[in-house]
Amino acid sequence: MWEALIQPFAEFGFMRRAMLGCIAISAGATPVGVFLMLRRMSLTGDAMAHAILPGAAVGYLVAGLSLGAMTVGGLIAGMAVALLSGFVTRVTALREDASLAAFYLISLSLGVLIVSTRGSNIDLMHVLFGTVLALDNSALILLCSITSLTLIALALLFRPLVLECADPQFLRAVSGLSAVTHFTFLALVVINLVSGFHALGTLMAVGIMIVPAAAARFWAVSIGGLICAAVAIAIISSGCGLLISYHFGLPSGPAIILVAGLAYGLSLTLGPIGSLAAPILPRRHVEA
Amino acid sequence: MTYAVAFQELTLGYDRHPAVRRLDGEVADGSLTAIVGPNGAGKSTLLKGMTGALRPLAGQVDFGTCTRNDIAYLPQQSDIDRLFPITVVDLVAVGLWSEIGGFFGLSAAHRARVDDAISAVGLTGFESRPIGSLSGGQIQRALFARLLLQDASLVLLDEPFTAIDAKTMADLLGVVRRWHGEGRTVITVLHDVETVRAYFPETLILARDLVAHGPTAEVLTAANQFRARQMCEACVGPPHDCGRDAS
Repeated sequence: MWEALIQPFAEFGFMRRAMLGCIAISAGATPVGVFLMLRRMSLTGDAMAHAILPGAAVGYLVAGLSLGAMTVGGLIAGMAVALLSGFVTRVTALREDASLAAFYLISLSLGVLIVSTRGSNIDLMHVLFGTVLALDNSALILLCSITSLTLIALALLFRPLVLECADPQFLRAVSGLSAVTHFTFLALVVINLVSGFHALGTLMAVGIMIVPAAAARFWAVSIGGLICAAVAIAIISSGCGLLISYHFGLPSGPAIILVAGLAYGLSLTLGPIGSLAAPILPRRHVEA
Repeated sequence: MTYAVAFQELTLGYDRHPAVRRLDGEVADGSLTAIVGPNGAGKSTLLKGMTGALRPLAGQVDFGTCTRNDIAYLPQQSDIDRLFPITVVDLVAVGLWSEIGGFFGLSAAHRARVDDAISAVGLTGFESRPIGSLSGGQIQRALFARLLLQDASLVLLDEPFTAIDAKTMADLLGVVRRWHGEGRTVITVLHDVETVRAYFPETLILARDLVAHGPTAEVLTAANQFRARQMCEACVGPPHDCGRDAS
């Protein structure tokens, strides 16, 4: 038992680094994912993850496998799509889903075009599928910084963000913070996806954001409870996923998300709130 | 006589189609006014214009000394996400937004006022219920509690008693009368003429154009209501069918 669960972390520095990186991503990206889910924007995360691709690819083409260049590239591409689609939604008749879909598909096709010009390059595959087992110091500092920034921003914006989700009309009536909140939130989605793609790759980054949030829905009701449950599920899934990838020689990004998917499946069937089993679970009625 | 809101040649509408045309008049400070008229008469549009959220196509709304924090508005269909996991207390407490803003916590005095407002609308005991578990009438009570906390000098209500039972309506009318007693200006869009006669001293009848505005007993006559219906029917359809062009 000790050998299977603890030894890989005790023995290998890269496993400890991977775990730290995953904890950072879980603590930052997952709360953002909870709000995405509550705003029924779960698929927005997916769209934004694709939107980041051309920026990261351009960063790679310009500066090689450089943390800074790919981060800046990803941020620029993600922010551009977030701002353009947000702007189009607010000033034209097009709804958010359609405007975002249009921009992310444009961005994705640009990304695929750029990637295909250097398609055989193994390093670029790392961009797409992540390098959680090869996180260096600067990458870890970046992930932890993004997580800290995210948590501070969420703490500051918590009330406006909750109100923007629950009763946007009222927020617009009493405060000028509506647009600020919306765009700050989209910015948080983008920086967390950029943070995630360093470890899990652009395709898997959105998984750690959304899947634990969806699973948490079956365990908690309040926003605080959802966030705690989702972060816990994300961290446990990361640990299990890393161990599975270590023992069976599997790619770690997909392994982590698949464990989270397993947690989602269990929550969906056995969770106490709104799950498949919930109607037959013995629960007392609330009095009065 | 001072006014809370005044309209000058006010034309409001959407996408260049006017819904309210060349409205003149003023609502006296501290008055309790009902806006009545057939469907499509521009009542909700006028209320939106009074919140400042809808820019006039022409003319203007004069709020006197009112600022945004002095106006509280209850829309006809609030776009509240009823499935969002917040409790009654959370929903009501943001009525204190002008005092606590987006970032500051609630003091003990604030909490006491939130409790008072919840008790004033008869929702005591429901504080920690998620809003998703409330009935339509209970949601409306909670929204009135939030309005109470907004402490606004001008309260705008858009059909607040639609799909609500008699008991809830009586309780909420009590809140409206409390506001009137405190010297606040209350303007309410209503359909039920009997309620208007019983509780609202002033009435404004709207049928895109102003039909009549004044004391309810003088204004809310069968003749005026008939005229309002006729004027509205004449205006259904494309703008060129209307008696006159609003541009």
